[in-house]
Amino acid sequence: MATATFRIWRGEGEQSAYVDYPCEVEEGMVVLDAVHRIQATQANDMAVRWNCKAGKCGSCSAEINGMPKLMCMTRLNSLDLSKPVTIEPMKAFPHIKDLVTDVSWNYEVKKQIPPFHLRPPGADGTWRAYQKDVDRPQEFRKCIECFLCQDVCHVLRDHHMHEKFIGPRLLIHVAQMEMNPLDDGNRLEALKDEYNIGYCNITKCCTKVCPEGIHITDNAIIPLKERVVDEFYDPLHKLFKIFK
Amino acid sequence: MPGYETHEYDVLIVGAGGAGLRAAIEAAAAGVRVGVISKSLLGKAHTVMAEGGMAAALGHVDDRDNWRVHFADTMRGGYYLNNWRMAELHAKEAPDRVRELEQWGAIFDRTPDGRILQRNFGGHRYPRLAHVGDRTGLEIIRTLQDHAVQQSITFHMETTLLTLLNSGGRCVGGFGYERERGRYKLFLAKAVVLATGGIGRAFQITSNSWEYTGDGQALAFQAGAALRDVEFVQFHPTGMVWPPSVRGILVTEGVRGEGGVLRNNEGKRFLFDDVPENYRSSTADNAEEGWRYTQGDKSARRPPELLTRDHVARCIRREVRAGRGSPHGGVFLDIAWIKEKLPNSVEHIKKKLPSMYHQFKQLADLDITQQPMEVGPTTHYFMGGITVDGDTQMTGIDGLFAAGECAAGLHGANRLGGNSLSDLLVFGKRAGEHAAAYASNHAAVGASAVGDQIASAIQRGEAPFERGAQGENPYAIQHELQEMMQNLVGIVRTEDEMEQALGAIAGLRQRAAKVGIGGNREYNNGWHTALDLDNLLTVAELVTRAGKERRESRGGHFREDYPDKDAEWGKVNLELSRGPNGAIESRKIPVRPMPEDLLQAIEENK
Repeated sequence: MATATFRIWRGEGEQSAYVDYPCEVEEGMVVLDAVHRIQATQANDMAVRWNCKAGKCGSCSAEINGMPKLMCMTRLNSLDLSKPVTIEPMKAFPHIKDLVTDVSWNYEVKKQIPPFHLRPPGADGTWRAYQKDVDRPQEFRKCIECFLCQDVCHVLRDHHMHEKFIGPRLLIHVAQMEMNPLDDGNRLEALKDEYNIGYCNITKCCTKVCPEGIHITDNAIIPLKERVVDEFYDPLHKLFKIFK
Repeated sequence: MPGYETHEYDVLIVGAGGAGLRAAIEAAAAGVRVGVISKSLLGKAHTVMAEGGMAAALGHVDDRDNWRVHFADTMRGGYYLNNWRMAELHAKEAPDRVRELEQWGAIFDRTPDGRILQRNFGGHRYPRLAHVGDRTGLEIIRTLQDHAVQQSITFHMETTLLTLLNSGGRCVGGFGYERERGRYKLFLAKAVVLATGGIGRAFQITSNSWEYTGDGQALAFQAGAALRDVEFVQFHPTGMVWPPSVRGILVTEGVRGEGGVLRNNEGKRFLFDDVPENYRSSTADNAEEGWRYTQGDKSARRPPELLTRDHVARCIRREVRAGRGSPHGGVFLDIAWIKEKLPNSVEHIKKKLPSMYHQFKQLADLDITQQPMEVGPTTHYFMGGITVDGDTQMTGIDGLFAAGECAAGLHGANRLGGNSLSDLLVFGKRAGEHAAAYASNHAAVGASAVGDQIASAIQRGEAPFERGAQGENPYAIQHELQEMMQNLVGIVRTEDEMEQALGAIAGLRQRAAKVGIGGNREYNNGWHTALDLDNLLTVAELVTRAGKERRESRGGHFREDYPDKDAEWGKVNLELSRGPNGAIESRKIPVRPMPEDLLQAIEENK
């Protein structure tokens, strides 16, 4: 059995530092397996947030060799084990301890976004919708809320604009409602003025790290930007509104 | 002694999966103050992992379906040990619970005429599962979560109970701790709903997430409530078997619903050889008919791969034992073969089973559109649990309710796939409604009434730190328990092995009493693991004791030494509770006679 070194961020606040742990590794292991093995044998009190270990719950987000990933879906054979593998908590959120961060901001902001609002039923008293019309919002609803997209978003990570910008995760949350044929809510003004969708300069970092492969920028953010432009900046549309 | 925060609610809900969230929404709608405790962050509970769908007789795909057929299917799947009242309510109310989700923003897959699509699943006569690809659980939990946070409900995320509180014979709240800062919290409530899920983490190979340590079952048992049907543990036939580190991760039954077949290493579809008598008339006897069934041909009978989970799991085990298994100790599940039938099979599989495609691609380097998967049984679901009243979900303790997987009754000896998500919603709603009503008619008690219970809970919480890092390693005890239960009380059981298991549990209990942990209370996973051990050991002992007592094979309980069903055992449920001296006491409870109308529903769907 081979041994690899895992360089894990341990501690709380200023007291934090990397600690190297040797760990035996086997074929097929993922990073979370190694972390669990280290936790069970060498670091019983290590803080790790995880649940399903199957890529479905989005709890075990971390930065592995600097790349934001789910620990449960990162195979060791995708990493260079001849060097220490660094594992750090996400950087865009306040640190709690070891690999765990405080992601409550995401929950608080989401709560402020106007929720799904059911449109009136059709003529037959039911709500029909066709598969081709729901394919797009269904793509966004694949989101497992791992917040890796928030973690890499420059607006949040580098510019700390959490007060003004809701980030890619919550933009696709808005998109799945705006594009749901059963919803008749309107969040365009909020997108422009409160969520500041304009801050996104479409570098697509969020899309690159999405473990669900959601086309966050192309399919959600850009179309939402277009809707905002059409609604508030299109001169023809403005004229039309005046005369309506 | 460390201090604690106090929170007061009318209704306290323990658990924020499907059942807990639905209960919270219902209780809040009744206008009472609702608090929810969740062991993890919101939206991460085990419901998120449900894949195949939610069973409800909407009749959108086959209009012959109705609640009577769903009821009969559920009872037959459960070998008639179900609480028939729950099976009746479940079959009648599930369609409304599905529609309601859509009205709260869920987006199910659609039929060509724009309604909610339904798919085939094991043991269901007609296509009945409302679904979203193979991520139905995610859709449901996200919908409930997003809806619930807009109601007047207070959430305590990453919080776990150490004990329920009792005063004057009533449950009046709970005492626990939050993970982030390790602070203790007192919750005083007029009614408490347990919605804590299952016990899969008592076994080594499981599809369940880390939270599933039998918390609700153990808390209720310690508080004096009765548990029933705990010998019935569901081993899902298809979990991943390779690589070793992902062993147990679920492979949805939806693969078989979409036409996937099970083969041994001789390439043979071995399930055709062994169809139980009571399913023979409704099961296809050739491959072509089975395929037509999966493609919606109403004149075709279902392929044997869609027989009930207990049966399929045992057949897989038999093939492996007989040396006809796959290289890593499973059998082959093949969906790639449908390329012979569908020209666009690759896109079709990716669209219908996206999570499965990614799961195998990422974790096993395998493309399921081209190659067969290797699968084997994995601990999946706990049919048994806390005994509840079918209508109100109240347990044997006043003011204590239970819903979802931690409650028992709906599924009898074996659960049908798809009946779990609907269970959560139907009985979560009922529990929330009745808990709110109960709370409105009862007064709260003050902390002084439960002072001793709080002190002893804190003492238990602090003990692992007092022993420190030189105490027993909590992870080691947990791993040994899991391995032991897997080997001795798993998919096939014997008297001798279960006797050995009871001895092993007693030994582990002694070691658990010396468990120690270093560091402090702040987000300390070792501490959480140490505190969960009591619950795991309690449910492990209950499962083993009941398994030893039921000397027959039925549903999720298979005994090599008593391989057949026994008519006498078919008439009773086993109920376990805590005796005056703390020991487990068991009783045989006769199955209640069914009303004429329900008997007729079963007869007309034979």
